[in-house]
Amino acid sequence: MDMFPLWNSLRVAVLSSVIVFFLGIFAAFYVSRLNRVAKGIVDVFLTLPLVLPPTVIGYFLLVTVGARRPLGMFFSEFGIQFVMTWYGGVLAAVVIAFPLMYRTARGAFESFDETLAYAGKTLGLSNSYIFWRIRMPYCRQGILAGLVLAFARALGEFGATVMLIGYTPGRTATISTTVYHLWRIGDDSGAFRWVMINLAISAVVLLAVNMLERKNRRAVIR
Amino acid sequence: MSLFVDIRKKLGDFHLDVRFETTDNVLGLLGASGSGKSMTLKCIAGIEKPDAGKIVLHGVTLFDSEKRINLPPQKRNVGYLFQSYALFPNMNVRQNILCGLHGEKDKAVKERILAELLEMTQLQGFDKHRPHELSGGQQQRGALARILAGSPNLLMLDEPFSALDSQLRARLQVEMREMLKKFGKSVLMVTHDRTEAYRLCHQIALVDDGKILTQKNTKTLFADPESREAALMTGCKNIMDAEKTGEYELFVPAWGIHLTTALPLRDGLTAVGVRAHYFNAKTSHNRYPVRFVELIEEPFEHIFQFRYEGQAENTPTLWWHLPKDRMPREPYEVGIAPQNVLPLYGAGGR
Repeated sequence: MDMFPLWNSLRVAVLSSVIVFFLGIFAAFYVSRLNRVAKGIVDVFLTLPLVLPPTVIGYFLLVTVGARRPLGMFFSEFGIQFVMTWYGGVLAAVVIAFPLMYRTARGAFESFDETLAYAGKTLGLSNSYIFWRIRMPYCRQGILAGLVLAFARALGEFGATVMLIGYTPGRTATISTTVYHLWRIGDDSGAFRWVMINLAISAVVLLAVNMLERKNRRAVIR
Repeated sequence: MSLFVDIRKKLGDFHLDVRFETTDNVLGLLGASGSGKSMTLKCIAGIEKPDAGKIVLHGVTLFDSEKRINLPPQKRNVGYLFQSYALFPNMNVRQNILCGLHGEKDKAVKERILAELLEMTQLQGFDKHRPHELSGGQQQRGALARILAGSPNLLMLDEPFSALDSQLRARLQVEMREMLKKFGKSVLMVTHDRTEAYRLCHQIALVDDGKILTQKNTKTLFADPESREAALMTGCKNIMDAEKTGEYELFVPAWGIHLTTALPLRDGLTAVGVRAHYFNAKTSHNRYPVRFVELIEEPFEHIFQFRYEGQAENTPTLWWHLPKDRMPREPYEVGIAPQNVLPLYGAGGR
């Protein structure tokens, strides 16, 4: 059995989660400090990928980073091609998973007690120290939850992925596109095997998160 | 002069416009909540930016709208004790205090200062505790240790005792007074509690609706508030319009009585104040017959409400706080020692 879809899905999900983690956090941080009107507008724009059908996102991605589009040509200058490559899978997963990270992180940041940041500043602590050592640990529950959601969503991404990178065995195939493909050609047992693999990954991830959270909670109590 | 503040800031309908200076002692900003006290502290710390004005601390300009100077909070070297203490919840006491010592690179020196601070704030043995494992008083001392670690030029306390229950409050106020003495530099304390201000502050500035009404030595302020607002804010319960009738005599039309004062009266007298504790059944000064209205029993004293015999209708009853073992007897007559008759000047009729 060709294990490429597993490897490809994992690298796409991990890489896009890392990108979404930082993008989501910084977007959440800056949006949480905007005034109400600006927040409303930016929020709609940043959350849109969550409510649009993934195929519509895929369509938008094709018309923006397609090989003959300005942005696509810009990236191909650097040898990066999104259509029909696994990079494209990362891009699709980033766009789709971003709102989940952004929204949960923003909720966490908005519950942050800003006095702690003020206290840090009057103590002479740098803004980046305050962000990474005080704000982030304070908000870690929400941020961790956002990261898990984003990873799960990236791992299961199908619609935008299939629009942008299709299904090429050994090149762009992910677990979800493989399940669809095997089902379509009538390979029920093959599809079932991949379904089980996907279930196992999801279970492991959720278990790891639960253990991490419990450890965190113990550390706080101790 | 060690701290000079003259700032203006507009927040919606609220205008903050304060100007004061203080030397190396404890200055209290006393006022109701929402009067702009905390905003003033935030402007001095650099957390909020005033619209205009100037803040100078120990010869260093922290803010000057004309010269376009606005030091970031990190560069102001100002200690700020927040109402909630703002200890970092993800760090233990030791790590919290080390945050204030981040400028010190020598490890041995760091450990020495840390040990000194823990001893001074009686937190030895608590250095591995997280903030939520400490009592309110310990949290306050931990936050204070963290601030003092950076040896700030100015210490600002924002309602430092409001989060504590009243039993602990009195005890901690005494402790705080000792620590402020050791600190020895300028301290600015915000409070709405006049007793707290009286206990801890050498000077008091009264803040009302974004303005400083007056700034005076604490004892002087309570003995001679001078204005109707200041009398009210220092807790004077009996205030009434009055007219000057002699150098040491005034007339209160609504009460129908003349009162003699110890302070010579100036022109422009508009009212008189008598503190509820300062009526006296024994003195022959300013002694007049009164009618008993109602008695309110408090835990350790009585409030005796009365009206003067000639008092106008529709004027409030007078309040007299007196110890429980000293109830006046009929026929009721009440006097006031001349030094306890507070002449009040300036506009502000009812």
